[in-house]
Amino acid sequence: MTYLTPSSPSPAVLAVTGLSKAFTLHLRDGLRLPVVSGADFSVAAGECVALGGPSGAGKSSLLKMVYGNYRVDAGAILVTDGPERVDIARAAPRRILKLRRERIGYVSQFLRVIPRVSTLDVVAEPLRLDGASPEAAAGRARDLLARLNLPERLWSLPPATFSGGEQQRVNIARGFIAPRDLLLLDEPTASLDAANSAAVVELIAGKKAEGTAILGIFHDAAVRTAVADRVIDVTRFGASQ
Amino acid sequence: MAAPLSDEAPLLVAEGLSRLYGARIGCTDVDLEVYPGEVLAVVGESGSGKSTLLSLLSTELAPTSGRVLYRMDNGLRDLSALSEAERRLLLRTQWGFVRQNAEQGLRMAVSAGGNVGERLMAVGWRNYGDIRAEATSWLDRVEIAADRIDDDPRAFSGGMRQRLQIARNLVTRPRLVFMDEPTGGLDVSVQARLLDLIRSLVSDLGAAVIIVTHDLAVARLLSHRIMVMRHGRVIEAGLTDQVLDDPQEPYTQLLVASVLAA
Ligand SMILES: Nc1ncnc2c1ncn2[C@@H]1O[C@H](COP(=O)(O)OP(=O)(O)OP(=O)(O)O)[C@@H](O)[C@H]1O
Ligand SMILES: Nc1ncnc2c1ncn2[C@@H]1O[C@H](COP(=O)(O)OP(=O)(O)OP(=O)(O)O)[C@@H](O)[C@H]1O
Ligand SMILES: [Mg+2]
Ligand SMILES: [Mg+2]
Repeated sequence: MTYLTPSSPSPAVLAVTGLSKAFTLHLRDGLRLPVVSGADFSVAAGECVALGGPSGAGKSSLLKMVYGNYRVDAGAILVTDGPERVDIARAAPRRILKLRRERIGYVSQFLRVIPRVSTLDVVAEPLRLDGASPEAAAGRARDLLARLNLPERLWSLPPATFSGGEQQRVNIARGFIAPRDLLLLDEPTASLDAANSAAVVELIAGKKAEGTAILGIFHDAAVRTAVADRVIDVTRFGASQ
Repeated sequence: MAAPLSDEAPLLVAEGLSRLYGARIGCTDVDLEVYPGEVLAVVGESGSGKSTLLSLLSTELAPTSGRVLYRMDNGLRDLSALSEAERRLLLRTQWGFVRQNAEQGLRMAVSAGGNVGERLMAVGWRNYGDIRAEATSWLDRVEIAADRIDDDPRAFSGGMRQRLQIARNLVTRPRLVFMDEPTGGLDVSVQARLLDLIRSLVSDLGAAVIIVTHDLAVARLLSHRIMVMRHGRVIEAGLTDQVLDDPQEPYTQLLVASVLAA
């Protein structure tokens, strides 16, 4: 349940209640893989909540459910959309796409590249879709790529051939460029060195200060300590035991 | 040219749509809604009823049962109730149909410019200079050099023909475009370029698209929603990335597992 306590005065941007999910692998004789059962938590504006737990605990799956990328067996995922609260677990595809355009940003672990689109355009796209002018969006994309130390000679190239860490930074820049109420981060610093991780930590702090609610997975303890207000141990949601 | 429509109501609706070929099922009991600007991919194995469904939706084929409704200025209309003149007007002015076989979608003995220009004339363009200028600009958008405008498509490669077909269908800025395997039968590199083009043109125009493909990567790249067909039925449908990343039905899981990284 999501009770607003005096210590968290801002309303929850995300409220997850009774969330359960299992995968059924039909190609493996219908093997059932429970992931979470009865997960309850919420994330307020300006707060960064980290999902913790060992590999396979279901952290990424939880993020994907919140993004509408994985389905939900039971429970609700309520995301505040202006005056409305939308249940991602039940919303129509168009509604989910609208939330993704306007409210929810997601930095996946791996960049899914659109072939032949330049890095600058990949990064600028969310801001352009928000209605920013091409110049303003490109300017902001350059700022972000520079802050993330991506060599300028790469900006005009499509990221398909970039190294893991370079792609990761393109992905982060794209996820951070447009203001969103809720940001989902899946191991954003996984393939980054200390200097670049520090740049990401700074960007996250900036988002929190703007009031963005963040739900993230941070394998690096130092990064997690630096950004997270709370850690939720996913194993406590049962299904993985 | 169609005025912008509110996207709060569906543009096309199918209810209980079925088509039998004698005793054989073409497709059966299909319900769907497509909203303005939405790209819906229909996937499934050969013979699953994808093309049959597309023919029913586009009124090329009459259903055995069920109906198709389309939003006109005066609300949702049952397409079977349109007069032949109304239906033809709709096909000419508001719809496009891009076929796998460009020879079916183009007039092969008419020049490239003529193929594009005649669609403009069909929606009322009269000035020769304007028509030629618009046709040239569309050939350029689909990356066909201006000096090929007077050549007929028999002299074009498969990829060029397909790009010409796309220009011919999009030049009138249709509200709804049907595509049946638009990249089928082309080399992989030619396919990729064509997909880029379709993706950017469709999003620029804000057209709704129903695209039949057996290629999940095409569906992933272009569509918002996906419908999986098998034995003439829709067995699974939803947000494209959800269906591809977390498929529920055994057949969909098999389909997803049998391709590399769609
Ligand atoms: N699309 C899927 N289909 C089937 N099983 C899946 C799918 N996605 C995840 N799983 C399974 O669900 C379980 C949880 O995976 P998940 O990726 O959520 O773990 P995680 O906590 O993020 O682990 P890691 O720290 O290694 O990234 C694993 O057993 C995984 O194999
Ligand atoms: N004109 C026809 N007469 C008889 N049977 C037909 C006719 N057209 C299609 N069928 C049958 O209807 C079923 C569905 O065919 P359809 O062409 O819709 O499949 P499809 O999914 O488009 O396949 P493909 O991927 O091979 O193009 C098939 O069993 C097919 O043999
Ligand atoms: Mg993970
Ligand atoms: Mg077919």
